[in-house]
Amino acid sequence: MAQIELVDVVKEYSVWHRAGRVRRQRKLVRAVDRISLSVAEGELCGYIGPNGAGKSTTVKMLTGIIVPTSGRIRVAGKDPQRQRIELARRIGVVFGQRTQLWWDLPLADSFDLLRHVYRVPHDRHRANVNAFIDLLDLGPFMQTPVRQLSLGQRMRGDLTAALLHDPEILYLDEPTIGLDVVSKARVREFLASVNRDRGVTVLLTTHDLTDVERLCTRLVVIDHGRLIHDGTVAEIKSRFGDHRTVVVDLEEAGPPLEVAGAEVVGVDGPRQWLRFDRQATTAAAVVAAVAEQAALRDIAIEEPDIEDVVRRIYSGDAASTPDLRDDPSRA
Amino acid sequence: MVDVGTIAVYRRLIGARVRSDFGFRASFAFRLVSACVITGLDFAVIAVVFTKIGRLGGWRFSEVAYLYGACGVAFSVAETWIGGVDYLAVRIKQGTFDRVLVRPMSALGQLATEEFALRRIGKLFQAGAVLVAALVAIPVQWTTGRILMVPVTIAAGAVIYGAVWVATAAISFWTVDANELGNALTYGGNYLTQYPITIYSAWLRRLLAFVVPMAFVGYFPSLYVLGRTAPSERFGLPSVVMFSSPVVAAAACAVASAIWRVGLRRYRSTGS
Amino acid sequence: MRLYAEVARRAFRRFSTYRAATLAGAFTNTVFGFIQAYVMVAVFRVRHDVGGLHRVDALTFVFLTQAMIMCVGLFSAGGDVAERVKTGEIVVDLYRPVDFQGYWLAVDLGRAGFNVVARGLPPLLAGALVFDLRLPGPFEWAAFLASLAVATVASFGWRFLVALVTFWVVDDRGPAQLSTAVVMFFSGFIIPLNFFPDPLRWACRALPFVTMVQLPIEVFLGKHHGLDLARVLAYQLLWAAVLLAAGRAVLPRATRQVEALGG
Repeated sequence: MAQIELVDVVKEYSVWHRAGRVRRQRKLVRAVDRISLSVAEGELCGYIGPNGAGKSTTVKMLTGIIVPTSGRIRVAGKDPQRQRIELARRIGVVFGQRTQLWWDLPLADSFDLLRHVYRVPHDRHRANVNAFIDLLDLGPFMQTPVRQLSLGQRMRGDLTAALLHDPEILYLDEPTIGLDVVSKARVREFLASVNRDRGVTVLLTTHDLTDVERLCTRLVVIDHGRLIHDGTVAEIKSRFGDHRTVVVDLEEAGPPLEVAGAEVVGVDGPRQWLRFDRQATTAAAVVAAVAEQAALRDIAIEEPDIEDVVRRIYSGDAASTPDLRDDPSRA
Repeated sequence: MVDVGTIAVYRRLIGARVRSDFGFRASFAFRLVSACVITGLDFAVIAVVFTKIGRLGGWRFSEVAYLYGACGVAFSVAETWIGGVDYLAVRIKQGTFDRVLVRPMSALGQLATEEFALRRIGKLFQAGAVLVAALVAIPVQWTTGRILMVPVTIAAGAVIYGAVWVATAAISFWTVDANELGNALTYGGNYLTQYPITIYSAWLRRLLAFVVPMAFVGYFPSLYVLGRTAPSERFGLPSVVMFSSPVVAAAACAVASAIWRVGLRRYRSTGS
Repeated sequence: MRLYAEVARRAFRRFSTYRAATLAGAFTNTVFGFIQAYVMVAVFRVRHDVGGLHRVDALTFVFLTQAMIMCVGLFSAGGDVAERVKTGEIVVDLYRPVDFQGYWLAVDLGRAGFNVVARGLPPLLAGALVFDLRLPGPFEWAAFLASLAVATVASFGWRFLVALVTFWVVDDRGPAQLSTAVVMFFSGFIIPLNFFPDPLRWACRALPFVTMVQLPIEVFLGKHHGLDLARVLAYQLLWAAVLLAAGRAVLPRATRQVEALGG
């Protein structure tokens, strides 16, 4: 059964533009443009796109914070617009940049307050808190005021806070943003175990494609509010990543090489990058062709990683958006 | 909707807020005292004015002091319990209002309790002291009706102030930059009710009696308590207005909650 | 000097972008002005003269206080400087090749310049439309603007001192609130000092706060002429200089506090 279902969902905003000194003009902006999507129970689905693509808007609609302009949304069979409060008991949300926790109180107090807010039976709450203390190693800072926690510690606290009431669905909006490598790995590990052991359906919005590669079975890509890909990570790689790049170091710098079936995509002194389609030719053929034209010192072959793939999706298939490749994880 | 369990949860949220404030004990005490001093300034003005004149708008010092005390106590109760909605604009700007919307409770209830401000209780002490002194000083024959009217005035007044607070805070759903507009009505309203409305011009009096029902917070019920001229002789209003504050308070609540709901719906449809 | 002028100009422009907030604020000032005006009307129905103030003076007085609050910045004790101290960013500021106090004074003057028009004119105009106010001739206007400028500098000097308290206490809001209360009471803001009994009135005149509200308004009302006017302005200047100097004297001590805490 689909836990999350969107049918033809549209969200439009009015934006006021300054036209002249005083006059303002209204402009309608489509943040989400007819998205249809269905996420099954127990899935761990990545939801990615460049800044301003409409990711957060989608998550806000799914939680009932904002209502769609048109289209139909069902989460756990409920309408988030009408049944916001009922639904709130069954979902967990983590906004990476904003904490849910009580800023000036110890972490333990936040958890206790949430037990009452969500009316979790005492024993169940105790068991959950203990389990998360073990999983996320919260013990050392349970009595520390949240404002004194490091970003990584706070995120671990926030993840716990979002899961204490045993939600069936978990939305994560940039859960690894700003975390160091160790904390990121820990959060990923935890999310995988929550999905696996508790059967929680997870929708993960992220900028960090390593998150997606490590965690998600399924990947949904949106851009300009439109859904441009929906499939497995492997599928997306083969669909958009069916190319390799040969990097050659020549004895001396020269003009871009001319190799049939390959295209020079970069030149840096004696180093050149040649991209080719695996369907059309092979790495061996490209290297041989290069060797005929120039003296080779060294070669390397680059596999496409998911970031390349996604960058190509944004700039290639969604050809209208070459300027939106502002992926901070790459910068 | 509001059952015992919900009230218990709200109590815990308030407790959390108070514990947070107590984490900074010295600064909390400092702010409590300075809040007391600041709100006391309003009364200082009244006292200073009465060193120069015997009656203001026909009222004696002790009578104006009673009005000030009753309104002040009502206002501080409203300010402490519901004044937290003032933070709506800040919450929306920071994006932390959304947090309230993903929890299974009323947004208004959460906002008021999470921003519950014990330090605002400073005004309660200060206004309470003035009220007690005034009750002793006013030259009036105490009857059961008059005695009962004092707590009724305060309770109804607190509810009316609270309603104005919610209604004006809801402006932030439309624009987050106009918070001060709300202050004009809440703090301005309180300031206004401290004086007998006879000193205001006709249009302002009508506004206070019929539109923003501030006249029902202090002035009308006080006419009864103080045994002053019935409103019929001055305003052409029936004497029943002296006893109508609870009804007006209920109506104000209904209007305020309607405005809040419309605002919240707008916020949810614009998300900005 | 060019630098400070530029800083002030930017502050002016920054404040001019908060349009809705400015409108809302001007509305609030106007509302409070009206309430106070009606209190004054009631007072002067019974009396003709309070400490040399007549009805028209008193009405002008209350609208002027509302028009001046934002310019003189009575409510903004603490503010930007305290925020810099709290966040520790002040350490960066102190290493800049710019005079710290001068920089923030320039910012404050830019802010004041915007508020004198945007927050000052609406209450005054609204008041003048409904009540009979004493609007002075060109000479008094000029004298008033000069007096207001000095008042703003004096007020900045005081607020700068209050902000420096943040170096010693964690939360600046307590001192800021207390400062607001003191200034409101002793400056003539909440009620003209003419209403005070004589001994208190003379005491107030010896404090710096009188230079921030009461004196500029007296200049506006034409209560001082010739040599007397020059004396008033000189007295204001004296306090402004004393307060600024006090800020300069305290600043190094305060920054040592930061260094002791390890920045």
